[in-house]
Amino acid sequence: MVQKRKPKLAVWKFASCDGCQLTILDCEDELLTLTDKVDISVFLEASRTVKKGPYDISLAEGSITTQHDAERIKKIRKVSKLLIGLGACASAGGIQSLRNFTNVKDFISAVYPSPEYIETLDTSTPFSRHVHVDYELQGCPINKHQLLDVISAFLHGRKPNTTSYSVCIECKRRGNVCVMVAHGIPCMGPVTHAGCSALCPTYNRGCYGCYGPKETPNTASLSNWFKRLGVNEADLVRYFRSYYGNSEHFYKESKVHMKKRS
Amino acid sequence: MKNDKVNTKTIKVDYLARVEGEGALYVKIKGNTVTDVKFKIFEPPRFFEAFLRGRSFCEAPDITARICGICPVAYQMSSSHAMEDAFGIRVDGQLRALRRLLYCGEWIESHALHVYLLHAPDFFGYDDAIQMAKDYPDIVQRGLQLKKTGNEVVILIGGREIHPINVRVGGFYKALTKQELNSLTEKLKRARDIALEAVSWTAKFDYPDFEQDYEFVALRHPDEYPFNEGKLISNKGLDIFVHEYDNHFIEEQVAYTNALHSKLKERGAYFVGPLARFNLNFDRLSPLAKEAAHSAGLSPVCRNPFKSIIVRSVEMVYACDEALRIIGQYEKPEIPAIPFQPTAGTGYGCTEAPRGILYHRYRVDDNGRILDAKIVPPTSQNQKTIENDLWQFIPKYLDLPSEELKYDCEKAIRNYDPCISCATHFLKFNIDRE
Repeated sequence: MVQKRKPKLAVWKFASCDGCQLTILDCEDELLTLTDKVDISVFLEASRTVKKGPYDISLAEGSITTQHDAERIKKIRKVSKLLIGLGACASAGGIQSLRNFTNVKDFISAVYPSPEYIETLDTSTPFSRHVHVDYELQGCPINKHQLLDVISAFLHGRKPNTTSYSVCIECKRRGNVCVMVAHGIPCMGPVTHAGCSALCPTYNRGCYGCYGPKETPNTASLSNWFKRLGVNEADLVRYFRSYYGNSEHFYKESKVHMKKRS
Repeated sequence: MKNDKVNTKTIKVDYLARVEGEGALYVKIKGNTVTDVKFKIFEPPRFFEAFLRGRSFCEAPDITARICGICPVAYQMSSSHAMEDAFGIRVDGQLRALRRLLYCGEWIESHALHVYLLHAPDFFGYDDAIQMAKDYPDIVQRGLQLKKTGNEVVILIGGREIHPINVRVGGFYKALTKQELNSLTEKLKRARDIALEAVSWTAKFDYPDFEQDYEFVALRHPDEYPFNEGKLISNKGLDIFVHEYDNHFIEEQVAYTNALHSKLKERGAYFVGPLARFNLNFDRLSPLAKEAAHSAGLSPVCRNPFKSIIVRSVEMVYACDEALRIIGQYEKPEIPAIPFQPTAGTGYGCTEAPRGILYHRYRVDDNGRILDAKIVPPTSQNQKTIENDLWQFIPKYLDLPSEELKYDCEKAIRNYDPCISCATHFLKFNIDRE
């Protein structure tokens, strides 16, 4: 009997905190089942085994911050049937894209005594600026149930079940009282992509946008609400420039308030 | 007589596996002498200390958590303590206990990850825990269960296991109820049993005969095994308050590696992490953890870094024990956080991340804006000791075939559970390839 070849899965890391690939190992109940279904061919955080490509699925976390990595993602693209970006870094440049708003040379000399040794690009960019990406899973960090669903979806040739609505929907589903309406706490929920189950409002704080913009977010309206709650222009810039500061919608909104800053 | 034909060999590991972040190893051997050791880091710099400038104090726990997905709680704890130091407030009572419980969760999940999934395969010659699970399914399953319990503690108190959202300067956004914490009790008891098994299991491993005269550095608290607070002490005379850190520790650029090495000004390399904590705070362990250590033949001072896997297991027993003690005595605090007004000043914080001391220093203005930040993660502090180990270790095993020697060098590095993603200070290397 001919046994069907297991799909080959590779996990890659770029500039990041390792959290999104750790999410795979955090699937404690499902990890061994997963390894039954796929052949984990590259996953350096977990294994010394490195099998040659091509790979059926490549999961990659992190952002592009060096010339070397800009080349590396191209090579990975070439040997991967599907390339899936994991997390805020992969899909928007991540927290390290805060360098994009300033002169990176000032950053280097702030951290390193001999800045001339540092090789880095002026920007931190998502994979999609460099190669075609088949799917992006949002979040800082990603949600493990969504990750398992995405892997399962591609293994079965179906569409992943991730939703594009806002955190507000998840918040209502959990039966939370709105922290912004009831308590006057600024909350990024209305413009933020669902996926975390509205964690921050559940813990009595405003959402800080770590899942990035939802589809067609009305950021200008949210900014007006924030201003009514006493948030000044400089703070609005901070709200939009964090984990997804380099994403199109948040970037544009932050620029508006950057100009208005006193 | 001089031997003209000297055998030269190099050991290259382009990507170190089963460590967090991206690192490599380069060793050069001439005849019977090691002539070069480079523990190379090519993790791209992410500039946290630079972009923290201008951000609000209240963002520090959330932003610095993103330095590391493996030990985000450590970053949240060190940054919160440093800010509280700057503002002159103290988090005490049940809020402090809740922080300690959260840290227990992180120690359990991070240590279980290292012991079972990253380190144990070295002692059995497997490439990874997935291969190991084919021969030892029960052991790997139990390790995953232990790890899951650690994560469940972090999820309940912190909101999620990676980059928790409930920690703030002054305490928490939401304080948990006694009933909520009680839901962890049975799981933690089971986890403690697994951790005890881990101690006796790892005690039976075959350890290389390798001991060095290290300077161990850890926090020391008057009554507790250290998590969040204490003085910084060593076995070679260091005894300082955390705010004196910068007077005693320096980060140096080393010519041959282009990397910042953290050193003690007076004496050079030092060793942080579980082994250092164990050696300097054995008397503060719970009776059960002490007993487990003794039955594993382990007592201070243990100078064999390969045995850190047993020490991590002992610390898991302690963390489960401590978590159960905290839950037993817990009462929900009246307020989730201590109120305060930001004031201009400098604050210092140092806590015990699973991998060792994690130092934060912030200068803030009257509005609580960060003026500058300094963060020294444990892995950058251990880096010089890791290299020293290799210099000493390799000559003893020169007769091994190259592939085996290479594997042994990797093992010697994995003893430290290095987290290269954490090491925000590391520079890009100019790699010398022959």
